[in-house]
Amino acid sequence: MDYSQFLMMPQEIGLLVVFLLVFLYDTFMPAKTLKGLPLFATIVFGLFTIFSFFPVEEGMSFGDMFESNKATWAMKNILNIGMFIVLLQSVKWANSDFVAIRRGEFYELMLLTLFGMYLMISGRHFLVFVIGLETASLPLATLVAFEKKYYESHEAAAKYVLTAVFSSAIMLLGLSFVYGITGTLYFNEIASSIQGENSLLLIVALAFLISGVGYKLSLVPFHLWTADVYQGAPTMVTSYLSVISKGSAAFAFFVILVQAFGAAYAPIWEWMLYAIIIITITVGNLFAIRQRNLKRFLAFSSISQAGYIMLGVISANAVGMASMMYYILVYIFSNLAAFGVIAVIERYTGKVTTDDYNGLFKTNPWLAFVMMLAMFSLGGIPPFAGFFSKFFIFLGAAQTGNVAIYVLVLIALINTIISLYYYLLVVKAMFIRQDECVIPALKSHWTEKAGLWICTLGILLIGLISCIYTGLSNITSSLSDVFSMI
Amino acid sequence: MFGCGLYGFITRKNMIAMLISLELMLNSVDINFVVFNRYLFPAQYEGMFFSLFAIAIAAAETAVAIAIIINVYRLAKNVDINQITKMKF
Repeated sequence: MDYSQFLMMPQEIGLLVVFLLVFLYDTFMPAKTLKGLPLFATIVFGLFTIFSFFPVEEGMSFGDMFESNKATWAMKNILNIGMFIVLLQSVKWANSDFVAIRRGEFYELMLLTLFGMYLMISGRHFLVFVIGLETASLPLATLVAFEKKYYESHEAAAKYVLTAVFSSAIMLLGLSFVYGITGTLYFNEIASSIQGENSLLLIVALAFLISGVGYKLSLVPFHLWTADVYQGAPTMVTSYLSVISKGSAAFAFFVILVQAFGAAYAPIWEWMLYAIIIITITVGNLFAIRQRNLKRFLAFSSISQAGYIMLGVISANAVGMASMMYYILVYIFSNLAAFGVIAVIERYTGKVTTDDYNGLFKTNPWLAFVMMLAMFSLGGIPPFAGFFSKFFIFLGAAQTGNVAIYVLVLIALINTIISLYYYLLVVKAMFIRQDECVIPALKSHWTEKAGLWICTLGILLIGLISCIYTGLSNITSSLSDVFSMI
Repeated sequence: MFGCGLYGFITRKNMIAMLISLELMLNSVDINFVVFNRYLFPAQYEGMFFSLFAIAIAAAETAVAIAIIINVYRLAKNVDINQITKMKF
């Protein structure tokens, strides 16, 4: 075996090194120093994040199963940034009384799920993809059940793991049909062997595959687990589930649909996605209006955001891919800011409903300000990053020049206006409504402050620094193998 | 076999029974892979390898699910899904 192939995966190796360092620290350091483990993990991961910005060698390795190119490199860096913010915000929580005894497992499992997502992004063979998907979703089930004392956490985990296994069984059945028809599991070999073929079984297989990955993305017919799991899970895990796991699945979904099924079946999966996007955005928005628990509210908001991310997939061109990655980057900052504020307030007071936030601006002006920025960015109000990401994703979809897609963009635009209503309800509660029992002034830990500062800067600046989008767009337009089939 | 598992997953009310139905579904997929490999593409072993990995993944899934169900039982004294409905719309 040629061991130099491992040089093709520097980011994976780096992540494993971080994992091993955290693991060794957890196992062999004396019990008194374990209080420093969360900070240690965060700092090591931060160094790794900076290190992984070095460009990687491009090409295929491991019998063409693993690809590293500029797009996978950029996507992994985007995920790293989000992961770093989550780790930074969870330092204080991981040292709290009930969690402290298991804090080592928290960081180890988080790093392992990220490794699975790397495999999903880089895999060009369905075996690698499935292993990555399971590595990403199984440890997450245990993380959802992390608050051992709370019954809700376990109820959420039970719902999560049963639906996860169910959906992966359906996806594997679809894959077995694909294998039966084409005789291969390589993305590009599937594409070339289904060229010109029109098989009903393959359409069924494609529907199964879409439902399996759609579960990870919580698209609407497969979204029923989302709200319960987001509410029951610890807030840090919820924020991780809602942005990072979703972003990696979206990227892998794009590559599978375009590279493996783009040749002959693009019209078919485009119509499937078309219907899914419309109901995802609409149902997510309408259910979000009636939520009073902020974590459930953000769950439904994240369902509708997943619908917007899918707009990048349906456009199936280089602009769509670049705008999808840009959207995920902006979404990471906005959603992590919102979850950061919720986590701080929940940890000090235990309050999570919208009514509890009445008059928050009087007592905690900075927290209210960050929350307002996050809501504006998620809703897409112009000077903030969320507006630019929505703009580019609509642009990518409109560039296909298809009339049906124009209608889809119109529906998405109308839904943006509906979503502004419920995002502004939160802002109204914080700034305008008054209440006798407001949340008292809080003093958050410096790590939480740092995480919120990074998110705030991201929301304010990413839209204005235009070279980020230009860079992503240059990267995706240089990808020849992904789009060669369309 | 997949249909049996699907039917069991939808109709059963006990979480352990649901898990068994899920195992049926996963095993049927493994058999599907092996049969396709044996009869359609006997020259290579891609399907065989895939089913080996799928068996390992299914085992890991069962372990995690059983652990979570045990914890639910400890806290709720119950594994009936009609009782596990504290969070709803």
